[in-house]
Amino acid sequence: MSLLEVDGVTVRFGGVTALDRVSFAVEPGEIFSIVGPNGAGKSTLFNLISRFHEPEEGDLRFAGESLLRLAAAEIGGLGIARTFQNIELFEHSSVLENLLVGRHTRRRVSIPEQILFTPATRREEIAHRAAVERVIDFLDLQLYRDRTIAGLPYGVRKVVEVGRALAIEPRVLLLDEPYSRLSNEESMDMRFRIGDIRARMGVTVLMVEHDMGLVSAVSDRVMALADGRVIATGTPAAVQSHPRVIEAYLGTQAAAS
Amino acid sequence: MRTAFKTSYAQDIRLFPDVRRALRYVALVALAAAMPLLLDDFLLGEATNVLIWAIAGMGLMVLTGHAGQASLGHAAFLAVGCYANAILMDRAGLPFVASFLTAGVITGLVGVLIAVPAFRLHGIYLAIATLALSILTEDIIVLAEPWTGGVIGLVAPDITIAGVEVDRYASPDLFYWLCLSVVLIVTLGYRNVLRTPLGRAFVAIRDSEISAQAMGVNVARTKALAFGLSCMVTGWAGALMGHFVYTFNHEVFTVIISIQLLVMIVIGGLGSIQGAFWGALVLVSIPQAINIARDGAQAAFGGSMVIPGIETGIFMAILILFILFEPRGIHGRIAKWTIYVELFPLCRRDMFRRQKSFLKTERMR
Repeated sequence: MSLLEVDGVTVRFGGVTALDRVSFAVEPGEIFSIVGPNGAGKSTLFNLISRFHEPEEGDLRFAGESLLRLAAAEIGGLGIARTFQNIELFEHSSVLENLLVGRHTRRRVSIPEQILFTPATRREEIAHRAAVERVIDFLDLQLYRDRTIAGLPYGVRKVVEVGRALAIEPRVLLLDEPYSRLSNEESMDMRFRIGDIRARMGVTVLMVEHDMGLVSAVSDRVMALADGRVIATGTPAAVQSHPRVIEAYLGTQAAAS
Repeated sequence: MRTAFKTSYAQDIRLFPDVRRALRYVALVALAAAMPLLLDDFLLGEATNVLIWAIAGMGLMVLTGHAGQASLGHAAFLAVGCYANAILMDRAGLPFVASFLTAGVITGLVGVLIAVPAFRLHGIYLAIATLALSILTEDIIVLAEPWTGGVIGLVAPDITIAGVEVDRYASPDLFYWLCLSVVLIVTLGYRNVLRTPLGRAFVAIRDSEISAQAMGVNVARTKALAFGLSCMVTGWAGALMGHFVYTFNHEVFTVIISIQLLVMIVIGGLGSIQGAFWGALVLVSIPQAINIARDGAQAAFGGSMVIPGIETGIFMAILILFILFEPRGIHGRIAKWTIYVELFPLCRRDMFRRQKSFLKTERMR
């Protein structure tokens, strides 16, 4: 069974059709990338899975269960974690505190117990910290553990956001343009990290990106979107050479020649 | 400069990062507890007033400083706490401890009820809605005369705890210690909240609702909790305030008080517990400072110098100066001084300059 299924979804904002009957399925353990020019509907798709948008038709299923009955705040608890295109970290908290928010769905102690800071709360806090520390080790964030986000370089923030998503202990990780605005070196780092996330943590990765080159290096399968429609799905090489993909990226003349 | 060398997770969640700081706070509490021996009755009353304002300040700080929801209506919750406490003692004949705790819970529940329609309001719109609430409350107090005594108001009932009478005038030291113990309990609870998932959820919805949601934080529920906890604490402050001012009517809880409370925590330093205390100290000491200055001026130049509205004027001028020059308030300024001294002479001017972030354009609300 596919882990995440998007089944014929349509999203409209007023007169604009952002997604038009888009369907695809992500298999467990694969790295699946969605590519497309600006405005193709890639981020809309992510926001749809995060339940920030309501589809007009179609269904979303995670491990066979429809997501449409759930609220946005319940998605993380299922094991779907995500990052944002324009980094949405908690600016005035430290890296550690940001990652700890990722543990929010794993909390078990009640509010009164938290206010009284009972021994159970203390044990749970320590467990959360141990879990977060594993993510910090994995992503080499030790240097920045107690630093406030507001003072961190862009590349580090990008990694912290991935870390916060990993702290959820997700089954599928949605990365919204993980390479955007990174330097060459940082991009390479990110590439290896995405590979490691799948290899060492067994997390399925669904990624949005518009740089074909970076995508083909790590992805098992690629789906190309343009104007809210799926134009091709398949291996990176197949999608890259698909005439309609070339047309969407480079225009009709390039496709004809 | 001292850097904490952390060797265990337990060390990171302790109340105080190191022994030195723990000792400093112990000394501070000891000093606070010894106040009745050091101050005369008038100054002790002022110290009690600072404590009560600090409790109210902590109440608002949770909501505004940590959960990021501005409220210009907290005088309403002071009023609810104050009247609930007095009515429960007078009408239901509850002992002080029971009525005090219940008054807080009632105020918290009222806060949650208010929060539900306010969920869809952000920033300034929430402030406007709560401002309206504050104004409305004044009128409700007048209209609910059978319960609240209308414009004549109520007289705070006598407090008896375990057979000992605690009276604001007859035994100001006992009343002071009562307020101090409430302060300590609330501060401890506040501190605990900040080191648990609840406190992190508050900060999360303040900084980015959208990603808080993606992390599994139920934004509506968290806001309701923030309102509930904030109003509960504010209600306790209101109950104590009622006993402190002894007789009270709607004029004690005007919208000006709401604004003062918000200004107070901004001056003190948003997002820090200490800020509530600094703000309370400033708020209570301004009228006294003005009196002293006025007496001095009158002795020097003769004549009478009564300028109406000078207190509010000076208070708001201080606010403007803080917003212009130290948006992080007194607490933030002290933190900078501490770092300056610790690093001396290596501190540079740009160390505290805030970095601008240019990535907010496509934020979803």
